[in-house]
Amino acid sequence: MSVFIIRRLLQALIVIFVMSLIVFAGINIVGDPVDLLISPDADQAEIEATIRRLGLDRPWHEQYGYFLLNAFKGDLGNSFIFAEPALKLILQRMPATLELAFAAMLIAIVFGIPLGMYAGLKPDSNFSRTIMAGSILGFSLPTFWVGIMLIMVFAVMLGWLPSTGRGDTRELFGIPVSFLTWDGIQHLILPAFNLALFKLSLVIRLARAGTKEVALQDYIKFARAKGLSSRRVVLVHVAKNIMIPVVTVLGLELGGVIAFAVVTETVFAWPGMGKLLIDSIQLLDRPVVVAYLLITVFMFIIINLVVDILYSILDPRVRLKDVKA
Amino acid sequence: MSATTEHLAASAAADQAQLQTPFRRFVSDYFDSKVATGACMMLLVIIFIAVFAPFISPQNPYDLAVVDVMNARLEPGEQSWAGDLSFVLGSDGAGRDMLSAIFYGLRISLGVGVTSGIIAMIIGMAVGLMAAYFGGRTDTVIMRIVDLQLSFPAILIALVLIAILGKGVDKVIIALVTVQWAYYARTVRGSALVERRKEYIEAATCLALSHRRIVFRHLLPNCLPPMIVVGTLQTAHAISLEATLSFLGLGLPQTEPSLGLLIANGFEYMLSGKYWISFFPGIALLLTIVTINLVGDQLRDVLNPRLER
Repeated sequence: MSVFIIRRLLQALIVIFVMSLIVFAGINIVGDPVDLLISPDADQAEIEATIRRLGLDRPWHEQYGYFLLNAFKGDLGNSFIFAEPALKLILQRMPATLELAFAAMLIAIVFGIPLGMYAGLKPDSNFSRTIMAGSILGFSLPTFWVGIMLIMVFAVMLGWLPSTGRGDTRELFGIPVSFLTWDGIQHLILPAFNLALFKLSLVIRLARAGTKEVALQDYIKFARAKGLSSRRVVLVHVAKNIMIPVVTVLGLELGGVIAFAVVTETVFAWPGMGKLLIDSIQLLDRPVVVAYLLITVFMFIIINLVVDILYSILDPRVRLKDVKA
Repeated sequence: MSATTEHLAASAAADQAQLQTPFRRFVSDYFDSKVATGACMMLLVIIFIAVFAPFISPQNPYDLAVVDVMNARLEPGEQSWAGDLSFVLGSDGAGRDMLSAIFYGLRISLGVGVTSGIIAMIIGMAVGLMAAYFGGRTDTVIMRIVDLQLSFPAILIALVLIAILGKGVDKVIIALVTVQWAYYARTVRGSALVERRKEYIEAATCLALSHRRIVFRHLLPNCLPPMIVVGTLQTAHAISLEATLSFLGLGLPQTEPSLGLLIANGFEYMLSGKYWISFFPGIALLLTIVTINLVGDQLRDVLNPRLER
């Protein structure tokens, strides 16, 4: 087990290193931030001073070496646009993104599991067919278009919910969150549902497939033969046994939710790190792009590692140390 | 087989022979489902529109001599101010006919999706076959890279590439190919590993055929059915991803507006209630993706030998 974790951590380090090299080298070859940052009226001396201040006059491998050295100290460079540390900018916006991602996950679980179980228990009813057709739509609809339609219906036509921003926030352990104020919750509903839609479809399908399989097992027959109420059989015996695949897949998908938040945040002008990424790509704000990508890759590797370990705990048949290098 | 036995076999199963060719069986299986038949028709219509967009559009939406700002933001069904054209689906901020813009957009979206799909399929197939046929270290290295890539969401990889490469049709295609090749490689490797152990490959090896001939004439054709399924589903995925990138302003340039860009352009008018500029391109995109997915699902069911039909 510990050998497995150490090996995975080493792998993770290599991935981060390669990723940073590719991204840094790539971004350096394209686009010249100097044109964007310095006003056309600036004279030659000013331009040169700025280039020197940003370290853009060095060869790129030297810039990268310098960047790597600083990265170990937790310094990922300063944003060209905001003149603040890139890491700080991203960490500032991370709570908003995480709040959105967790709200979306919660919606997917709270609605997905009951709907999926219903569709698995009564596969031929009309309601089940509607659920399954809806889940196909959920897979096919592009997230950004659903977001636009949600804004159109609920914000523009009905006027029930606000369409942009985060609303009032309140501090929780020093971190501003939206879900503690009524205004914040109203702002959270549309983007969270938008982000949840894809995962909701996924959970419905998983729960349905699991329920169909579990319902045929002997222990369910036995529970029914014992005279347990069908409510107890469904809520305890079936529900418990469909959880393993649902939990695993949701864990793996958490990373995907954070990545896809880029789209939802852009549609709803949600001030998270995804929106920061898109703005930075368009403004050629190199340090922020590199820092975002490194942090996200890092998060992904941690999530994948945790899921792998959890999986082996939940399902003892999976033997991690048998995995060959 | 000698001429006599061939003749005997043919006359014995004369009435069944017609249904028993694999292709005919495949066709009759496919059209068993009404939904799938409808989807197939719809796909043909979409392809027709995409290919012949310049001939069937009411106007050329990118010909500045035809487009008139006086016609901007007309509601669906309104007439142009000169009275020579009726805007069935309304017009956008520059006075373009939405229906024509959608036809042209469909052409670009489908073009980018299919092109990237084909390139990714060729690369993935070559790499996957190599991994399965040579095995050992080649296989380990290739599959490591594939697994690693598949553990990251497609959108993230595409964003990284666009951030590095910049915008443009060729760059979007490169990004889509990079995102997709791993799916093809994994699928083809899986089926090639199964096929490789079968007798006909052994027979081909015993006949001392060259590696190239065995891989391309014997192994490859038998790995194709799952590739067709993955190909259809991945193309739908590519179209959706391209639309997302274009919507984020990181995909195609304004001069080549795909459906995603049309939706993005209409977004600013959405808040003032002018829904049609975003809504109709979205419906076109949705219909395209759902249709391709339905066709792909049916192909999977029909081509899957494990499902008894």
